[in-house]
Amino acid sequence: MRIRLLSTMAAVVGLTLGAVTGAASAADPIKVGAIISATGPASFLGDPEKKVLELYADRVNQAGGVAGRTVQLTVYDDGGAADKAASFTKRLIESDKVDVIVGGTTTAATMAAAPLVERGEVPFISLAGAVVIVEPVKKWVFKTPHTDRMAAEKVMDDLKKRGLTKLALVSEDSGFGKSGREQTLAVAKERGIELVADETYGAKDTDVTAQLTKIRNNAAAQAVLVFGLGQGPAVVTKNYRQLGITLPLYQSHGVASKEYIRLAGGAAEGVRLPAAGLVVASQLADSDPQKKVVVEFTKVYEEAFSSEVSTFAGHAYDGLMIALDAVKRAGGTDKAKLRDAIEQTKGYVGTGGIVTMSAKDHMGLSLDAFHMVEVKQGDWALVK
Amino acid sequence: MFAELLQYMLSGLTIGAIYALAGLGFSIIYNASHVINFAQGEFIMIGGMASATLTASGVPLPLAILIGCGGAMLVGVAVAKFAVERARDASTVTLIIITIGASIFLRGLAELVWGKDFKRLDAFSGETPIQFLGASMQPQSLWVVGCAGVLIVAIGLFFNKTLTGKAMLATSHNRLAAQLVGIDVKRVVLASFALSAALGAVGGAVVAPITFSYTEMGIMLGLKGFTAAVLGGLGHGPGAVAGGLIVGVAEALGAGYISSAYKDAVAFVIILAVLLFMPNGLFGKRGAERV
Amino acid sequence: MNRILHGRLTGLAVLGAIIAVLPVFLTNNFYLDVAILAGFNAVVCVGLNLLIGYAGQISLGHAGFFGIGAYASGVLVGVYGWPPIAALLAGAVFVGVLAFAVAKPILRLKGHYLAMATLGIGIIVSIVLRTESGLTGGPDGMMVEPFKIFGVELYGEKVWYWVVGVLLFVVVWLSLNLIDSPMGRALRAVHGSEVAAEVVGVDTARFKVMVFVLSAVFASVAGSLFAHYAGLITPAKADFFKSIELVTMVVFGGMASTFGAVVGAVVLTLLPQALTVFQDYQQIVLGAILMATMVFMPKGLLPTLAGFLPSRRRA
Repeated sequence: MRIRLLSTMAAVVGLTLGAVTGAASAADPIKVGAIISATGPASFLGDPEKKVLELYADRVNQAGGVAGRTVQLTVYDDGGAADKAASFTKRLIESDKVDVIVGGTTTAATMAAAPLVERGEVPFISLAGAVVIVEPVKKWVFKTPHTDRMAAEKVMDDLKKRGLTKLALVSEDSGFGKSGREQTLAVAKERGIELVADETYGAKDTDVTAQLTKIRNNAAAQAVLVFGLGQGPAVVTKNYRQLGITLPLYQSHGVASKEYIRLAGGAAEGVRLPAAGLVVASQLADSDPQKKVVVEFTKVYEEAFSSEVSTFAGHAYDGLMIALDAVKRAGGTDKAKLRDAIEQTKGYVGTGGIVTMSAKDHMGLSLDAFHMVEVKQGDWALVK
Repeated sequence: MFAELLQYMLSGLTIGAIYALAGLGFSIIYNASHVINFAQGEFIMIGGMASATLTASGVPLPLAILIGCGGAMLVGVAVAKFAVERARDASTVTLIIITIGASIFLRGLAELVWGKDFKRLDAFSGETPIQFLGASMQPQSLWVVGCAGVLIVAIGLFFNKTLTGKAMLATSHNRLAAQLVGIDVKRVVLASFALSAALGAVGGAVVAPITFSYTEMGIMLGLKGFTAAVLGGLGHGPGAVAGGLIVGVAEALGAGYISSAYKDAVAFVIILAVLLFMPNGLFGKRGAERV
Repeated sequence: MNRILHGRLTGLAVLGAIIAVLPVFLTNNFYLDVAILAGFNAVVCVGLNLLIGYAGQISLGHAGFFGIGAYASGVLVGVYGWPPIAALLAGAVFVGVLAFAVAKPILRLKGHYLAMATLGIGIIVSIVLRTESGLTGGPDGMMVEPFKIFGVELYGEKVWYWVVGVLLFVVVWLSLNLIDSPMGRALRAVHGSEVAAEVVGVDTARFKVMVFVLSAVFASVAGSLFAHYAGLITPAKADFFKSIELVTMVVFGGMASTFGAVVGAVVLTLLPQALTVFQDYQQIVLGAILMATMVFMPKGLLPTLAGFLPSRRRA
C-alpha cells in the first residue's frame, strides 16, 4: 500500500498563490484526484503521468487557476495493482471528496475504479488503453488514449500494405493485453489476416524464450505482434532478437515511450508501432493542427524533467486539460454539470489528437491521429 | 523436435546455474549457522543492480562487478553481525523472520538508492546469437554457466583444501567440538555470510544482461535457490548445485512443453513432492533432522 | 484459574467495547473501510498466531488459504451461481482438507519443513489464480457479487463493519477457549519443549496438525467474506508478500498473545495509511520492524508492554 498522498508541493504552491492573488481566496480549490501506477510493472507509463499532473497543476495555478479557483491535486500510487486502485478510488471519493478523478494508468485499475465512480457519481477520465473502458459507455467514465482496437486496426493496415497476411500474436496476461488480444482476433477476422500463433506472457516475466521458440518454429508466421505495456514487451523484444527471429515485429501503443527503446536497446531497431503524434512531434507536417500543441508540450515537459516525452505523459496532460476545460464550461464543480461538460468536449486539440466526445463516444478520437512509427537508430521515425 | 528440446535445455541450464549458486549460498550459511537465509536473493539483486548502475555511469564492468560483490559481502556480514548473531539462541521461527525482515529491508533500501525501474546491462560479449545444432544461444549464457562453474569448483577447493574452509566444515559437523579445538565459531558464521553474498552477487551480475536488473529480481531467484538447496538436501553443497540445475531444466521444459504460465510453479511442485515423499532431499543424509 | 478466566473475560470485554464504540469516531466510509480491512487481517492473524505462537511452527503461505477462500466465493457464486454461504463453506472445507493433507506428513518432521511446504503452496495457489484467467480473471482479478443470505444483501461499509466486528469477536473468543483447553496447554508444551511434551504422553504432531488446519480455515473464511465485501479480488491477496505481511503482524503484535495478534494486525494495517511520510520508506520500515522486533523484543509489542505493567502478570 504505497501511498503517494497529495502532491504537497502543488497544494502549498496553490494555496500560497491563492492567498497572494486574493482572487481565489474565497473560493474552494478544484479538487482533482488521481490514481496512477507510478511504480510496478507499468511504472514507465505511470511515472511520467504523475509528473505531468503535478507539473500542470502547478502551472495552471501559477497562471491564476481556473475561473479564479486553484487546482488541488491528490495523487495516489496503485503500484499497478487493481485492488489498490479500487481502495484509493474509495479514498478519493469518500475521504478526499474530489470533484473529478483523472487516472487509472492501466486498464485493470480503471475497470476496478469504474463501478466505484459510477456509484459515487464522480466524473472519471481514464488514461488507459482498452476499448472496454468506453464500450459500452459508462455514464461517469471517459478516457484519453486511443483504444487497443484502433491499434490493432492500424497494425493490420500496415501488414496489408507490406503484403503480409499471417500474424503471430504474443499478448500480456494483463487487462490491457487481454483486451488487446480480443480486439486483435476480431480485427484480424474482419481484415482477412490469419492468426497462426496465439501465445501469452506474464507482465512480470523476465524470460519469454519458451513462447518465442514456438513462434520461431512456426513456419507459417510472417510477422509478430506483441500486445502489452511497460517492461514486458521490452523483454519480449530482447528475447526475440536473442533467438535470432527476423520476422517484422510490431508492438502496441502500450510501449510508446523512449524507456522502451532504452530497455530493449539495439533489439528495438526496426520495431513498428502505432502511436500518437506526440512522440514524433518535430516530424509532423506544419499543417497538422496538433503540431503546435505537441511541440509546446514537448518543450515544457523536457525542460521540466530533462527526460524525453512519452505518449503517456500526453494522456495525463489531455486528461487534466479536458477536466479543467469542462470546469470552465460548467461554471463550477457541480459533479453532474461537470460530467455533462466533459461529454460535450468538442474540438479539443490535445496530444492524442482532436477530441470530440458525445453521449455515445466517451473517448472522442479518430484513427487519423494515430501514426505508424518505426524505431530507427534509437529514435522514433514516422513511417511514410 | 530435437532443436526445440535443446533450446529448452540451454535456457534451463543457464537459469539453473544461477539457482545453483543461490542454493549453494543457502547451504553454506545453513551449515555454518543453521539459519535459512531468506535474504540470499537480495545478494543476487545487489550484484545485478550495482553492476548495471555502475557501468551505466562509466565504471568498467569488471570493477563494477567487484564493487557489487564487495558491497554484497559487507551487507551479508552486517546482517549476520547485527541481526542473526544477536538472536543466536532464538528459535527457528525467529531466525526465519529475521532474515525475511532483512530481505525486505534491503529491497526497500535498494529502491531508495537505485529506484524501482528496470536497469539494463549490456551483454558481456555482444548479443549475436550462437547457432548450435539448430538451437540458438546467447553468448551471455556461456558467461553465466562458465562463471557459475568456476565459482562452484573454487568453493569446493576452498572447503576441502584451505584451513579456513576446513574450519567451516568442522563447525557445521559439530559446533561444540569445533569451538573446543579453537575455531572461532562467530567468525565462521560471518565468513559464511560473506561467502554466500559474494556468490549471489556474481550470479546477479552475470545474469543481469539476460533478465534486466530491478530491485525485485532477487525474490524469485532466491526462492528457487532455496528449493534447489532443499531438493539437494539442506546443507549438502554438491546437492544444492545439482538441485539448482534440476530446477532450472525442469522449469524450462515445463515452460516449453506444458505451459509457460506455470513455469514458476514447477520448482515448488517439485519441492512439495520431495517434502512429502523424500523429506531429506535427493542427496541428504538420513537422520539429518535435529531435535 | 480464576485469574486466568478473569483476565480472559476482561480482555474480551475490552475488545467488545472497542468494537462497539469505534464507529463513533469513524466519520466517513474511508475510515470504516480501513477499520474493516484491519478487522479481516486481525481474524487471519489470530489464527496464524495459534500456529506461530503456540505450535512453534511458521506458515509462509497463509495468504494462499485466504486466497482460496476468496476465490472459492468469487468463482462459485459468480460463475456457478452458488449461494454465498455454501461457497464460503465449500472454500473452508477445501482449505481444511488441503491443510490436513499437507500437514499430516510434514509436521512429523522437525525444523523448517512446514515453512517450506507452506511457502510452496502459497506460491502455487497465487500462480494458479493468476493463470486460470477464464475463471479467476487473471492477474487483474475478478469482481465478486455481494453477500446475500436469507434474501438480505450485505452492502456498504456500515453493515460490513459489524459483520467483521462480530466475526473478530467470535474468533478471538474461540482462540482464547482453545488456548485454555487441555489441548491448549498441550500446545504451549509443544512450543516449550517437544521432547518433554512427548515424554508426558502428548501427541504433539497431532496437535500441530489440528492447529494448522484451524488457522488455515480461519484464513479461508476471512478470505470469503473479504471477497464479498471488497467486490474485487486479485491474486495479490494470495501471494508471498501478503503471507509475509500476515506473519509480520503476528510477530509484531506478539507471538503467543491472541490480543497481540489483533493489535499487530490493526497497527500494521493503519501504519501505511496513516504515515504517508513513509511512502518511499515503507519497505525499509516494514523490514526494520521485523528485524528489530525479533532482536529487541522477541515477545512482540503487547506482551512486552504488558511486562512493564507491574501488577498484571499475563498467563
